[in-house]
Amino acid sequence: MTVDTAQLAALGDPTRRLIFEMIAERPRSVAEITRQVPVSQSAVSQHLKVLRDSRLVRAEPKGASNVYHIDPHGLGQMRAWLDQFWSKTLTAYKQAVEQPKEPSP
Amino acid sequence: MNTRVTPAPVKHSIVVDAPIARAFKVFTEDFGSFKPRDHNLLRVDIAETVFEPRVGGHVYDRGVDGSECRFARVLAFEPPHRVLLSWDISPQWQIETDPAKTSEWEVRFIAESEARTRVELEHRKLERHGDGWESVRGGVDGDKGWPLYLRNFAELFARKG
Repeated sequence: MTVDTAQLAALGDPTRRLIFEMIAERPRSVAEITRQVPVSQSAVSQHLKVLRDSRLVRAEPKGASNVYHIDPHGLGQMRAWLDQFWSKTLTAYKQAVEQPKEPSP
Repeated sequence: MNTRVTPAPVKHSIVVDAPIARAFKVFTEDFGSFKPRDHNLLRVDIAETVFEPRVGGHVYDRGVDGSECRFARVLAFEPPHRVLLSWDISPQWQIETDPAKTSEWEVRFIAESEARTRVELEHRKLERHGDGWESVRGGVDGDKGWPLYLRNFAELFARKG
């Protein structure tokens, strides 16, 4: 499995995307993130695990807990954008090419 | 320590329920109908996207005011099997005029049966764009690289209707 697919899937979920954007703004702990999203801490931890596995964020131990940072090595700015662009384009292409040539009545 | 690495190509593939000839025709002739709308470097809305079906042709957006954005050059055009194009957009979201600093994308069409076609896309040579394609160094501490990325990112995911 490539990292691209994992990253794409990871950001497909709105809550995960929100968490990712919060971490991109500045590094945060699980507790801090939990205070700002409408899901439980265990759900936040699950989302963080997915983001970590897909190399979008990384955890750094700080005291008793982890602080989450954007993973600068997991993402190429442009590459990530292109990845999303082509994924969207091909999905839309599939719809276009599979449309009946004559619209159904 | 020099940590520069060559980025892996972006690869995607999809299987469509269409014969290879139609798969190729729709991809090239109707490119503008499925290219994401939020991909637009013009200052105005896109009136149409044109894919010129020949080597030396361009793929370009034409704005409602007649302005044009030529973002790809056709390097190979081999119906119904393959197209190869350049990607002339820099990491700064501007048209790159130096061909040596452009990446390339190839689309291959492979018949899986008479009615099904696998379409493989590979966008490669990203390192030719120079600085900017790669990871944002120090971005973890919130440098200026990320806001641009996030803005584009947000546009990409802009919820539409």
